[in-house]
Amino acid sequence: MLKCTSACAGCSDSLALRYVLKAAGPDTVMVVPACCTSVIQGIYPNTAFNVPVYNIAFGAAAACASGMSNAFRAEGKKTNVIVYAGDGGTLDIGIQAMSGAFERGTDFLYICYDNEAYGNTGMQRSGGTPMGAKTTTTPAGKTDAKKDIDAIVAAHDPPYMATACAAYPQDIFKKVQKALTFRGPTFLHILAPCPPGWRYPTEKTVEMGKLAVKSGMWVLYEREYGKVTIGPQSKVAMKKPLPLEDYLSPQGRFKGIDPKIVEILKQRITRNFQRLAAEEEASA
Amino acid sequence: MKKIATGNKTVAEAVKQAAPTVVAAYPITPQTEIVEQIAEFVTSGQMPSRYIAVESEHSAMAACIGASITGVRTFTATSSHGLLYMHEMTNWAAGARLPIVMANVNRSLGPGWNIWAEHTDALQERDTGWLQVYVSSVQEAYDATLMAFRIAEHNNVLLPVMVNLDGFLLSHIMQPVDTVELGDFIPAIHLPHAIDPRHPAGYGTLTGPDQQFRFRWDIERSMRDSVKVIEETEKEFARRFGRKYGFTEDYRCEDAEVIVVAMGTLGKEAEVAIDLLRNEGIKAGSMRLRWLRPFPKLNLKGKQVVIIDRDYSFGRGGILATEIMAQTKEEVYSVIAGLGGQEVTYDDIAGFVRTRRMGEEFWFGVNAHV
Repeated sequence: MLKCTSACAGCSDSLALRYVLKAAGPDTVMVVPACCTSVIQGIYPNTAFNVPVYNIAFGAAAACASGMSNAFRAEGKKTNVIVYAGDGGTLDIGIQAMSGAFERGTDFLYICYDNEAYGNTGMQRSGGTPMGAKTTTTPAGKTDAKKDIDAIVAAHDPPYMATACAAYPQDIFKKVQKALTFRGPTFLHILAPCPPGWRYPTEKTVEMGKLAVKSGMWVLYEREYGKVTIGPQSKVAMKKPLPLEDYLSPQGRFKGIDPKIVEILKQRITRNFQRLAAEEEASA
Repeated sequence: MKKIATGNKTVAEAVKQAAPTVVAAYPITPQTEIVEQIAEFVTSGQMPSRYIAVESEHSAMAACIGASITGVRTFTATSSHGLLYMHEMTNWAAGARLPIVMANVNRSLGPGWNIWAEHTDALQERDTGWLQVYVSSVQEAYDATLMAFRIAEHNNVLLPVMVNLDGFLLSHIMQPVDTVELGDFIPAIHLPHAIDPRHPAGYGTLTGPDQQFRFRWDIERSMRDSVKVIEETEKEFARRFGRKYGFTEDYRCEDAEVIVVAMGTLGKEAEVAIDLLRNEGIKAGSMRLRWLRPFPKLNLKGKQVVIIDRDYSFGRGGILATEIMAQTKEEVYSVIAGLGGQEVTYDDIAGFVRTRRMGEEFWFGVNAHV
């Protein structure tokens, strides 16, 4: 990635991208559906990326990558094909194409960077928006829970999938490198805190990502051939999570959140930890 | 080699000979036989292609786009709702200047569920930047599919081509077909803007109001240039394989006072009607429109024009009729016939000519003049 992108100040997506591209290396093509990263590249005839980027319609990224990967492999090329899509393009409009590409065993890495709303269009609710968060289309706070896309992807039994967070760039680097060693579909789900969308000061992006992990709202783990390994940062959080309020209160999107919803979120954190711990133990 | 085949099987045969690197497709009646046959060719090793069995037509076109931009030959086939479902991506394919070839088996649109021939599906793709050819026989389906690859991939064109054949009336009808030894008729594909990680570039990045129109104009310029490429390709095809094609197929037009214009199988059926009418002393001819995009200049001066549309644009009229009326000042009798597979015989077509009321529109079967 080159200097000077069109990202917002404090954007964690551009931070994550830098490490994704560093790990992937030059023999890489990125497929990007409509999302913040469509904008971050800059305006024609310029681009901030030093690998080819193929921009494609919102719901089509995984299918496009599927064709691209097959064409490269047919020509004997090992070029990495990486989809880089937002939560809207993954959990909502792109889920069918993604499911199809995973089911067909496409040789590619699908990365979902998740800022928990449609950021590019000004923060509307997506399937990735957590319960209680205010967006422009849920002005009173979202009443439904965040879609568990990781469980959906896991149901496709890819050889490797992992979660990551933009606040832990070295972890992203390692997981991208690792994912690209597998043949077949791999998946990386990166939490990407968003200052204008989550409504916190731009300099707090890394802090917000860390609070998400430390409170248990986001769990770092890998799933390799079905074997679950919870990351050390999340292991710590499992033993002693930070109070959820520490994560919620600095963010404008959770301002005035109903205490009942906070309770539900806390219960979900506990359940999620228990589920993952049980899976880790069972697959050990 | 002479054989007997259905329209679908013969399209698959042409695709086998063109040997695309990637075929991505989704089943839909009455097209399915094309992709089944291709899957069989691939599985049995007769075709060195990768067959991606996608989960939707939207993904079929997206996968063709992703494959095509790496610089390889691609093919897909669809019909009706499948074509409509991929509409977003058909626009993308043309805008991205990708020479994808697609067979579309023309079929009606729901509701109700109707799997029979109609052209409204492809005509709703009229403004996407795809070249469109409509065929009238199994032989022509084969020939047009072969030529489609050469035309699409020509560096003065680099636009996708859609080969249209009428559902069931061609897709499932068996006719004799003479296959050819292809030789180098379709040269190796060279996509000048193919993705190459050694030369990174942004494809389809944000494009401002100061630039976007340039790309649009570029599509139109190539569409205009494609006229010459189509002519050259059809000429070369005739030279090598002996079968002649053009933008239209004209039948007894020279001294005709009234000309029937139609596309696909109706256009061929009209020739029988013309013979009937001539026997009655009516100076009639027929002009079967083959290429809808790019739209040719039709020589209709001084003629009465009877246009049969197997399609409709609600609130406006027959789509072919409105296209032609925009080009000529001659009087037109617009007949809407064959929707959803409605049976239209040569007798019916002769009847349209005999009872024509110039300047009016006639809905066959409803018997409404409007």
